[in-house]
Amino acid sequence: MTDAIPATTIGPAPNHWRRASKARGMQQRVLTSPEQAARLEDLLDRVAQRRDRQAFVELFDHFAPRLKAFMLRGGADPETAEEIAQEAMIAVWNKAVQYDRSRAALSTWVFTIARNKRIDMLRRQVRPEIDPDDYPAASGEPEPDRTVALNQAAVDLRGSIAQLPAEQREVLQLAFFEDKSHGTISAELGLPLGTVKSRIRLALARLRGLMGDHTP
Amino acid sequence: MTADADMDALLLDYASGALPEGPALAVATMLALDPRARAGYRALEAAGGALLAALEPQPVSAGLRDATLARLDESPATPLARPPSPAAGALPAPLRRYAPDGLDGLRWTRWGKSVQEAVLPLGDRSHRATLLRIAPGQGVLHHEHTGTEYTVVIAGGFSDDTGHYGPGDLQLCDPSVVHRPVADPDAECLCLGVLSAPIRGTGLVGRLVNPFLKF
Repeated sequence: MTDAIPATTIGPAPNHWRRASKARGMQQRVLTSPEQAARLEDLLDRVAQRRDRQAFVELFDHFAPRLKAFMLRGGADPETAEEIAQEAMIAVWNKAVQYDRSRAALSTWVFTIARNKRIDMLRRQVRPEIDPDDYPAASGEPEPDRTVALNQAAVDLRGSIAQLPAEQREVLQLAFFEDKSHGTISAELGLPLGTVKSRIRLALARLRGLMGDHTP
Repeated sequence: MTADADMDALLLDYASGALPEGPALAVATMLALDPRARAGYRALEAAGGALLAALEPQPVSAGLRDATLARLDESPATPLARPPSPAAGALPAPLRRYAPDGLDGLRWTRWGKSVQEAVLPLGDRSHRATLLRIAPGQGVLHHEHTGTEYTVVIAGGFSDDTGHYGPGDLQLCDPSVVHRPVADPDAECLCLGVLSAPIRGTGLVGRLVNPFLKF
């Protein structure tokens, strides 16, 4: 068994060679444990319940640099990346009461907010959203409290993405970081559409299996 | 039926934000109606969250935190769409902003005796979204596609050569598909149709009505 690829070096980054050399020490520092995730959720609770600015500052210090990194990976210039990060953090402040830790890990919720801000700001489009509080046909959907499981799943998911075959990971990264459709990915990689779709299918099957393990 | 690989690619495009407004409305409507699809979809957004969490943080400019704090007291921008009326309550949530007064508040156009269509106001004009009501047991014009067609069943059901579709099912038709959907015999079929280009009627009747199938 070879060493697991540290999640911090997911995929080919411009400064990949430099990161790889210090990746081992980085892994401890960068990865968020389930306990840290729970602490971040408590901070968000304080924002939601008490409009606690100090709690927000800590959330900002954690998420804003990651949101900036995310947008830079998507090809944004530093100024735009910070602008989107800022708008996303303001939305975190405004929407804090809507976060439900039994439904998604906090990093997932913050990702969806940043994604929507990017669509809003760069494409000037509306994104039709599913409303988590209102599913007309959702009666009977099992929603037990699985906060701890979700946070563990989030950590496992990171490892799992890092261990996907490179070609499958590449498709996920192009999709999420660069906001590219599978059609665009197929054109840019010069691959048949069917090949890209089957890579997506294989990657998602693995990730869903992992999430399923955490869903009673 | 829509192949699994096509559905996964579509869900990934929706999760990443790459899908334009029209197809995104189709996917959101499907997810609102289908708890199983929604459970599978959550894993995709979680993957986005995991990619975000695993990134090496990039230091932000010195003033960004204070600038952000200074803006927290601004009142959040009010959404442009007015709140939907109770009449819209029966529709899946993603559709309500496009039909705030429910089905009766839309302008319906009749196609013959058995089909009615109402156009939904998309901001993005690259697609056309409509709600369709098909009378029990009746068929839609036999047609082919010049682009991609997304059909989501909201109530009732329909069948064509590829199978039967019920509430929460999404049918994806690319230009190779020629079909004539027929509503179930026992109830009206209500569905959302999103088109990237006009459909074309086939056969003699189809050719006669084609000039009227405006996009």
